[in-house]
Amino acid sequence: MKINIILAGVGGQGILTIAAVIDTAALASNLNIKQSEVHGMSQRGGAVQSHVRISDKEVYSDLIPVGKADMIISVEPMELLRYLPFLKKDGLLVTDSNPFLNIAIYPELEELYTEIKSYPNSILIDAQKIAKDLGNSRATNIVLLGAASHQLPLSDESLQQAIKTLFERKGEKIVAKNIEAFSTGKEIAKKIFSKKIVL
Amino acid sequence: MKKLLLGNEALAQGAIDAGISGVYAYPGTPSTEITEYIQKSKIAQELNIHSNWSVNEKTAMEAALGMSYAGKRSLTVMKHVGLNVAADIFMNMSVSGINGGLVVVVADDPSMHSSQNEQDSRYYGKFAMIPMLEPSNQQDSYDITKYAFDLSEKFGLPVLIRMVTRLSHSRAGVTTGDRVAQNEVKLPKNARQFQLIPMHARGLYNHLIDIQPDMQEHSENSYYNELTKGTDNSFGIITSGIAHNYLMENFEDGKCPYSVLKISQYPLPKKAIKYLFDTCEKILVLEDGYPFIEEMISDFLNENKKVIGRLTGDVPRVGELNPDNIGKALGFKVTESIEIPKIVAGRPPELCVGCGHRDLFNAINDLGKEADTQKVFGDIGCYALGALPPFNTINTLIDMGASITMAKGAADAGIHPAIAIIGDSTFTHSGMTGLLEAVVANTKMTVIISDNSAIAMTGAQDSSASGRLVNICKGIGVDPEHLKVLTPLHKNLDENIDLIRNEINYKGVSVIISQRPCVQLSKEKKDNIKHLLEIALN
Repeated sequence: MKINIILAGVGGQGILTIAAVIDTAALASNLNIKQSEVHGMSQRGGAVQSHVRISDKEVYSDLIPVGKADMIISVEPMELLRYLPFLKKDGLLVTDSNPFLNIAIYPELEELYTEIKSYPNSILIDAQKIAKDLGNSRATNIVLLGAASHQLPLSDESLQQAIKTLFERKGEKIVAKNIEAFSTGKEIAKKIFSKKIVL
Repeated sequence: MKKLLLGNEALAQGAIDAGISGVYAYPGTPSTEITEYIQKSKIAQELNIHSNWSVNEKTAMEAALGMSYAGKRSLTVMKHVGLNVAADIFMNMSVSGINGGLVVVVADDPSMHSSQNEQDSRYYGKFAMIPMLEPSNQQDSYDITKYAFDLSEKFGLPVLIRMVTRLSHSRAGVTTGDRVAQNEVKLPKNARQFQLIPMHARGLYNHLIDIQPDMQEHSENSYYNELTKGTDNSFGIITSGIAHNYLMENFEDGKCPYSVLKISQYPLPKKAIKYLFDTCEKILVLEDGYPFIEEMISDFLNENKKVIGRLTGDVPRVGELNPDNIGKALGFKVTESIEIPKIVAGRPPELCVGCGHRDLFNAINDLGKEADTQKVFGDIGCYALGALPPFNTINTLIDMGASITMAKGAADAGIHPAIAIIGDSTFTHSGMTGLLEAVVANTKMTVIISDNSAIAMTGAQDSSASGRLVNICKGIGVDPEHLKVLTPLHKNLDENIDLIRNEINYKGVSVIISQRPCVQLSKEKKDNIKHLLEIALN
């Protein structure tokens, strides 16, 4: 078993929280992990990505080879597309729909959404709104993680335990909100895929 | 249970467990997290391990040598270009040797993710003729650091550990071991060892030459240089450091049919390399950074064409390695992939919303409209982003401190207005001597210290300059009439433009401190800075 995940976003959006949850769950499940991340200049509002690799065998490279990522999880819709060269054929795409507008020329949103929807295995959701409705707008990342979780080789229990471990020091309420965000993301993904199968 | 650690964190834990009494460093991507890990470590605090930031890499390395002189183990950490700043002490402490174990960690940045060049520190190690280690993964980073201190004390020399960005900033599970007790104070046996007057230095240098064969022998038998014999002799492969992982990624379960020599300790082991030359048709060298090994083992006239790598174009000449460019060098087909859709726009880094540098650049740009001869000499830090749109304020950006000295040279050549922009921490790192030079010559130029009271680009670490800039400038001899402080805020724009214009028109050195704390700082830190400034003004 081996799974390659690319996490994408803009510096400061906190993609490393998603990485930390996956890493913690994988480590507790006795799996091997490599997770590369971006520090330094790009963290100032630039495009950032993290490569997460999990396997029951040894993981060699810290970087995912081109065309070998099983999924891309992005907290920003245009950033999702930047890493498409890494995606395996029919790999999973999960992204938040809200653009991060800090550049002069940003593509037309409709065009962007059409491009994303052209990939059969894609989940485009307003995770920000879902998180906000749950009463914790900072849990956008966890909603997205929940939406991707059905294709992770990690049990819901281990991911939820990882969320508990990581948010513990912020208090019980924050833990509960994040668990709820995770479950809601998972449910939404389930609905989206069942509809796609019906169509 | 294994701990999930960055390569940098694993190295730092290795240093703590090797019994260091101090780490001396100046922040610089990708090396910063090593020192930060030790600063935050509970056990390091209990052991009273010194870990405050140094003013620059040279002062850091010298302090590390001082600790070593006293018999204790010390670590000094920097990014690759930081070693240029510390090159003087680095070359000379290789002649004096060390007393307590001393390890120099240098993190190189192939592909220049956060740097102005991709220089390869292994040339420095060879230049200084000291042992050098290059971890290949996170576990190695921990183990090799403990090993490095033993090696340092064995040879009485500093040992260089070379990291690269991808290893520094990638996490994996790491098993840690026991901690060695710290050394007690124990002065050097030879009282002349640290007196490099020529008559002593000659003897010490001869000693360094004499022990080269011992270092070679140690490397030949090192656990960290591993030869795995293969079944297919069409290639023999030499990997250094992290390149080994990218190679193995190309084979199912890491089963490579070729003979592979994995190098993590230098000097280069000759016997294993000779084995590859004798048994393989071609030798492919895979190394992140410059073609260091390839250059050493290739024949000068390139007549036998046996060695291939970056120099022959089989591997890209520049940029970091990855599983894909190594796969290509091995002759594997490139995996089909989706192209990036055309609608995807570039997203370069930018200054934070509300950052004080923005308001400073706006003022300088308005002045530029008044005098099209204005040239702005920039420096290293967040404000380097002033070279990019929408500001396009900065004309030059070369190395730490070059803003002031380049502005001086340009002013000497007749450029006016010549404006230097330098951050507070960069100023104390390498700007003060340049300012003194300008003051002595009374050069017609303006220095703006953009003071956000933090080493912002690397994560807002504490700046040695905080609350001290006015007094430093006075002490250097800047005319108090032309030492001004402004607050870079939009509401002050007109007033700031007038202030800068007046100073540009002064026929001598003027210094303007543009002062507003970094927006990334916590309220607690901002309050502390305010307090320091109040003390300074009184």
